[in-house]
Amino acid sequence: MNHSPVLATPNFPTPGRPVIFDPDVCNGCNLCIVVCPEDVFIPHPTKGGLPIILFPEECYYCGACVDDCNRKGAIRLNHPLQQRVRWKNKKTNEHSRLR
Amino acid sequence: MSHFDSLPWPYPIKYGEQTNYDADVLVLGGGIAGVWAAITAARTGARVAIMEKGDTRRSGAGGTGCDHWQWAADNPGSGVTPNELSNALVANHGGWRNGMSTYIQCASGYETLLELEAMGAKVRDVDDEFAGAPFRDEKTKLLYAYDYDNRFVIRVWGANFKPLLRMECLRRGVQIVDRVNATTLLTENGRHGARIAGAAGVNTRTGAYVVVRAKAVVLATNRPQRVFTFSSEHRGVTAFRGASNVGNGHAMAWRIGAEFTMMEKTIRSPFASPYSYPPYGSGNAINTWYPCTIVDANGKEAPWVDVNGKVLTTVEERCHPAEGQKFFIMGGGNASQPHPGLKQYGGPRLIPDLEDRMMRGEFTPPFYADMTSMPDYERRAIWGLMVGQEGRTRIPVLQTYSEGGFDPARDMLQTYDFIRGHGMREPVAPQERTFGEIGVSGGMMVDWDMMSNIPGLFGAGDLLFGAQDHSHAATTGRYVGARAALHAQGKDFAGISEEQIVRDKERVYAPLTAKPDSLDWKELNAGVARVMQNYCGEVKNAELLSLGEMWLADIAANEVPRLAADNPHKLMRALDVADILTCAQMIVAASQRRKASSSTLHFSRLDYPDLDPPDWQKFLVIRKGETDIETSYRPHGFWGDLEANYAPRAAENRSALRHKVSSAA
Ligand SMILES: Cc1cc2nc3c(=O)[nH]c(=O)nc-3n(C[C@H](O)[C@H](O)[C@H](O)COP(=O)(O)OP(=O)(O)OC[C@H]3O[C@@H](n4cnc5c(N)ncnc54)[C@H](O)[C@@H]3O)c2cc1C
Repeated sequence: MNHSPVLATPNFPTPGRPVIFDPDVCNGCNLCIVVCPEDVFIPHPTKGGLPIILFPEECYYCGACVDDCNRKGAIRLNHPLQQRVRWKNKKTNEHSRLR
Repeated sequence: MSHFDSLPWPYPIKYGEQTNYDADVLVLGGGIAGVWAAITAARTGARVAIMEKGDTRRSGAGGTGCDHWQWAADNPGSGVTPNELSNALVANHGGWRNGMSTYIQCASGYETLLELEAMGAKVRDVDDEFAGAPFRDEKTKLLYAYDYDNRFVIRVWGANFKPLLRMECLRRGVQIVDRVNATTLLTENGRHGARIAGAAGVNTRTGAYVVVRAKAVVLATNRPQRVFTFSSEHRGVTAFRGASNVGNGHAMAWRIGAEFTMMEKTIRSPFASPYSYPPYGSGNAINTWYPCTIVDANGKEAPWVDVNGKVLTTVEERCHPAEGQKFFIMGGGNASQPHPGLKQYGGPRLIPDLEDRMMRGEFTPPFYADMTSMPDYERRAIWGLMVGQEGRTRIPVLQTYSEGGFDPARDMLQTYDFIRGHGMREPVAPQERTFGEIGVSGGMMVDWDMMSNIPGLFGAGDLLFGAQDHSHAATTGRYVGARAALHAQGKDFAGISEEQIVRDKERVYAPLTAKPDSLDWKELNAGVARVMQNYCGEVKNAELLSLGEMWLADIAANEVPRLAADNPHKLMRALDVADILTCAQMIVAASQRRKASSSTLHFSRLDYPDLDPPDWQKFLVIRKGETDIETSYRPHGFWGDLEANYAPRAAENRSALRHKVSSAA
């Protein structure tokens, strides 16, 4: 059976991944770490590496990291599944949700 | 790399190492009120420092936005005077609102906004996006919200206010000390209740100890949170306020003997629930979303009515006072407004019995916010201007939903009203209360200088008793910066007691010592919250409240010493929770001392069931004396004539300013 490496890790908090970095766009400048009011990130030990989300459950999704980032698309907010809203197209009645 | 791999702490550790600064005026908390206070104090020529727990670029409740510039009765379009509006706001809160700071807000909101504009902020529709809209003044290009006749709430592009204000601080030479959690107010020779000597704090990354000597201190640390409810799990994007505002200022000032009032006011928490949706991010018709059209599952419109119950047929009619009414305060009908207010000032809203009508089959859930059918300018005002500039909406709502495919001209955003709560609100259990998450709440008692009973200790913004709003924080910060600078003029530094510093270092670094039975900050927070739910919830009597006192004292004596933190960040959170406990004790003490029930304060005592007895229509003021808690009272309206008290001080402030705000251009 194929499986990922088996590790003794504790559970993630939920939500555990408030933002997602795009490794192709983020250049590890760490500006998001500077502006985050709650200090949820720490710099990667390797210069230029993606910031590490050390305290994900303290994030309150203010969006400052995304707003102030100089590289569009490097960071995006990742709304917890249970908090993703729904909407409906008025003409077609087609239902959608935040993905 | 997973964040569970143990990493070395990325910052140098400097526990106990001390850095010293001197300032004429020290501002604690670099949020909206704090940066404004610093700018104005610096404009008088004073030497100014800010100690901020986060980073002043984006910290605080107003860090990522403000869409409504509230109560600017001094703007050229206003149909009401500052006096009229502040008296209405105080009356609408049953007398329990800070008349002094509300007057400062109403009388200098526009003046303050113009300074913000000079710093580079967009406060009017210079790009003519809304030319011809009924809420626009074609000459000044100001955009108004709610009451289009009386025009005292201004729509603004506030998502960038905070970084601009920080730039202005730097231009004015303000010493900004970011990432330092103020923990302690220092008084002359360490004496209880004596004049202010400065403050100390701990760096949240290095653990270094920072002492600032100051002739005046402005507290601008917002309010206590997480006193009744705490969960770090599932909160996510439903969190309304950040984790850093926990009432450190309340606790610090309490410890040195400052007076507080209205601390007994707690309300059922509108935002506490982790089962809710992003604030301003689901369909509704209040606040930021005013005056949105709401339709049911079949597209049938929910009626709007004015305060007289008259059904309003057009969108525009939702933005004018009712017949016989001079002006209205907000409107929207008001699941999120904790206090229903006086009928005289009530605004248009969705028909109040909508839920009953749905239950009877007249409407089919779910409901949707339907901007598709609204005039284009109203749709663009809600989606793009208000949702977008409102605090923490630009990225989490506007950008995230737009990228997710939501189009307000085509799609209707679902509301969760009546299937799981109202507006942005969830049905919560009676014990799930909040102290200051929303609405006006308890805070530091101040005089017309915004100074507390501790000489040299000033307050501004949401930290003040009976106050709220971004423009309130800005205007009171701006005012108090000058008052504090004037106070500091010609004074020497008060002596700092080395013994107070030694004792303080012992206290703030105590969680660093490993204990065999250590307790995490989160568990302590949840433990305090549980005591508050059980003994200071919706149901209160002397017995419950004394049990509350007893169990909080027990936590202070037996659990706080077990608190442990293994890095400077967790040390900050641990000290925060110790302060939350202090705030809880203040709330219980005030609740024990109000021997009457009160509608506006959402306060009910089983042993004093009389609602609003005339004898108790007064501010209950508490302070920690040297031995016991001391109680005193102030009558409603104790501030006297608003204009007569404000005008000379405002004039004095103005003449103290030596520098203009920088023009960004
Ligand atoms: C999501 C949201 C949207 C809002 N939208 C609006 C709006 O559109 N219009 C409106 O009028 N009002 C709005 N408000 C309210 C408004 O933001 C607040 O009234 C205003 O920010 C209060 O200003 P303040 O300076 O008192 O507190 P804040 O701006 O919160 O600043 C307090 C500062 O103190 C710092 N601090 C706290 N403790 C310490 C410590 N121990 N040491 C050092 N620093 C400390 C914090 O990090 C923070 O920077 C909104 C609030 C929220 C949460």
